[in-house]
Amino acid sequence: MRVIKFQLNGREVETDAPPTARLIDVLRDEFAYIGSKEGCGDGECGACSVFVNTLVQNSCLIPVGAIEGAEIMTIDGFSQTELFQMISECYSEAGAVQCGFCIPGMVMASAALLSKNPHPTEEEIREGISGNLCRCTGYNMIVDAIDLAAKKGEGLW
Amino acid sequence: MDVIGKSIPRIEAEDKVTGRAKYTADFSSPGMLHAKLLTSPHAHARIVKIDTTEAKKAPGVRAIVTGQDIPIRVGPHIQGRPLLAIEKVRHHGEPVALVVADSEYQAKAACKMIKVEYEAIPMVLSAADALKVNPSLVHPNLASYSKDNKVHPEINTNVANRTKIRKGSMEDGWKQSEIIVESSFFFPQSDHAAMETRCATAEIFPNGVVEILTASQAPYDVKKLIHDHFFVPLEKVHVKVPLVGGGFGGKAAVQLELLAYIASRAVNGKKVKLANSREEDFMTSPTHIGLDAKVKMGATKTGQIMAAEITFYFIGGAYSDEGVDISKAAALNCTGPYKIDNVWCDSLCLFTNHTYATSFRGYAHIELTFPIERTIDLMAQKLQMDPIDFRLKNVIRPGDTTPSCAELTQSNIGDVFQCLNRAKALIHWEEGQKTVVENERIKVKGVSCFWKTSTSSTNASSGAVITFNKDGSINLSCGVVEIGQGTKTTLAQILAQRFKMDMGKIHVMMDVNTEVNPEHWKTVASSSTYMVGNAVLRAAEDAIQQICRLASSVLLCNPEDIDVAEGKAYLKSNPKKSLYLKDLVHGYQYQNGNAIGGQVIGRGSFIMRHLTHIDPSTGKGIPGPSWTVGAQAVEVIFDPKTYTYELKKAVSVIDLGKVLNLMGATGQVMGGMSMGLGFATREGFTYNGEGQVLDTQFRTYKMMRYGEQPEYVVEFIETPQIDGPYGARGVGEHGTIGIAPALANALSLAVEVPLNKLPLTPETIWQTKRGESNDSL
Repeated sequence: MRVIKFQLNGREVETDAPPTARLIDVLRDEFAYIGSKEGCGDGECGACSVFVNTLVQNSCLIPVGAIEGAEIMTIDGFSQTELFQMISECYSEAGAVQCGFCIPGMVMASAALLSKNPHPTEEEIREGISGNLCRCTGYNMIVDAIDLAAKKGEGLW
Repeated sequence: MDVIGKSIPRIEAEDKVTGRAKYTADFSSPGMLHAKLLTSPHAHARIVKIDTTEAKKAPGVRAIVTGQDIPIRVGPHIQGRPLLAIEKVRHHGEPVALVVADSEYQAKAACKMIKVEYEAIPMVLSAADALKVNPSLVHPNLASYSKDNKVHPEINTNVANRTKIRKGSMEDGWKQSEIIVESSFFFPQSDHAAMETRCATAEIFPNGVVEILTASQAPYDVKKLIHDHFFVPLEKVHVKVPLVGGGFGGKAAVQLELLAYIASRAVNGKKVKLANSREEDFMTSPTHIGLDAKVKMGATKTGQIMAAEITFYFIGGAYSDEGVDISKAAALNCTGPYKIDNVWCDSLCLFTNHTYATSFRGYAHIELTFPIERTIDLMAQKLQMDPIDFRLKNVIRPGDTTPSCAELTQSNIGDVFQCLNRAKALIHWEEGQKTVVENERIKVKGVSCFWKTSTSSTNASSGAVITFNKDGSINLSCGVVEIGQGTKTTLAQILAQRFKMDMGKIHVMMDVNTEVNPEHWKTVASSSTYMVGNAVLRAAEDAIQQICRLASSVLLCNPEDIDVAEGKAYLKSNPKKSLYLKDLVHGYQYQNGNAIGGQVIGRGSFIMRHLTHIDPSTGKGIPGPSWTVGAQAVEVIFDPKTYTYELKKAVSVIDLGKVLNLMGATGQVMGGMSMGLGFATREGFTYNGEGQVLDTQFRTYKMMRYGEQPEYVVEFIETPQIDGPYGARGVGEHGTIGIAPALANALSLAVEVPLNKLPLTPETIWQTKRGESNDSL
């Protein structure tokens, strides 16, 4: 059986899952990284966002065979970083979290945005996070949280 | 130490942001099996034959269950819904068979191998279909179903319930009316679309204990239904609910839990998980109700509303669930927050061949508010009055009565007049309701008022227990589910305030377990803070009394001489004389070793008071403890060339009695406004000619996305509700309620035709402008 090797949250790992298995299922069922949530299974909601070689992607759309040799980081790994601490604090402070189901994916997308653009305008925040759905907040408090993280985390990004 | 009214971040925020918070689908265990449903591709068809022979042989399959194996019917008011279709299917997506297998993938594969032969039956796909002479009947055996005595289904029709309001004299009302407007309104079924799809696991232990883990707003209902339908003793049903990823009413309905139970029963009690895909969450699990409505309203030339005749035809779907109660709640509050002395209303819930409907954020009020607030604007237009002035002249006030003749006081109705005036200022009404801006686009503003009461069970109750840790910190146990509304943070604030203690010293048990947490009716109706909050205050009072009694025997005084603050019990006359709570709450020990007292355990409970059943011939009765009122306004820029529009600003001013957590309340209202805008602008199921739902993914079922939202402005008025905790009223649903009519009022002004149909897509606005009909009737 062909084994697929990749880096997961900084560790070398391998899986014997079929290459067509969805990355989200491998992450959740085999590695117990439950921080990536399935909201649609369709690439529309972004709740399962992970970093694939630093690019934020929907893990429900990626066959695990396609990530051979790639670096994958989930919220579980990202939450160990200094960058995360800043985003986390700001999400809490701005009241950006309600039911929380979309939040891990939202945090990943926020980090991707800030890493690329440490001083986003409100327009750019809206654009940068437009791939993630939230049903609870109406988004404004999430925009506030990212804006706050950009300002408070000056120099971090 | 004052924490009431402050913006306190939610206590479980960190767990959620790190992705460590666990929702139902995140729990799995070795050996757990998976169930999958085979669902109906037809909207209405007789089941001729189900053949499971091949599917049973498929890899990994442990059991297959069909409707014949479970001859029971369920439903909160009318028990007409089989867990798996029996004899016929009544909607696209209805569960027909259930497969249990080692993996979800195997269960799914086996579902495809089940052969079902169907024979089409004429479909009921609109209110008009349901009401025509000699209609196709969704439930020909309606008479044989058991039901509670508060619903009134009409046998041999598709009417699942009819509620009548007969207030004042219509003859007088019309006589006094010089101006009359009359119109029809429509919106289709839509969905809650919580980000977490529904999921349940069930396991039956050898000792008979049934353990259900579920994403539910109503764990105690799940417990009761497992008992009622499967005769499991109540004490042996343990329902656990972890954090829930959004509810919006959709998870108050009990469905997957019962299916997971029969799945587990079919495999000797092994643990089985049943999780909805997004498609199943849209078309198999219950949705938001649709509506056809007719409103006729009369007023004097000076703008006093004299009469209203309102007919609601709720598109309830294949089974009655809460639809019948929603139609009742709509009747009881049919006028919105206006003083109208002569009211006639018939509110019908209809059986149709759509997915069945259940409670949705706003429970009948988001539905009734659209036709009423549109009619109010139509009347103002006909009277040539400013729509806000017309509303201000007619808003309901203390001393008035509701359509169901409930008496209103300042405490239970608050101040809608003040809300509307404030909303008027915040939307800058003085700039003009309609102005032309750059590129010949039109800036328009619209307003709406709303009210909302809970329509609770008349004996709905809640309990709370507080215990102490040995460092004096507090544990709170209650039955309210954290669905994102933040109630548990608010309850911690309520306790912290009462004990004058740091918030960090209050621990609220986040998950619900019916085995240990005192019952809370259900986490719905924006009533948890009111009900559980009161129970928590009583538990605090009970604990404080015990503490003061014990401290008084040590400090040699009367219990009344003692108060509690900052982790101490102290002598009021000399606060320096004090004892640490940690030295009291597990019993006080003297220096010689003698001990007195014991563990302090605070108990509190709350039950609804003065609510009544509803008189079936007049609709008289009291449906809730209070009404939360408010006013909303929107500003949009409309492009008359393309019929597109841009949402610029949305305002909500709500009288919530007392703000307990400013950031929490604001977040709830903003999120509600966003959901209301989704409902108003784009959401709603479309069906093909076969009655199949077409929008079963977020790709086609569009919700509000980042960047589409307007500027939100949220303010609160505080007219205390005397029996609310610190004077507070509920506010979880209210941001949603009046947004759609406010938007429709604005856009109607822009296009100069009445827009009485939702969602307001450029296409429907264009169609309406071209003179196409608004309703299906």
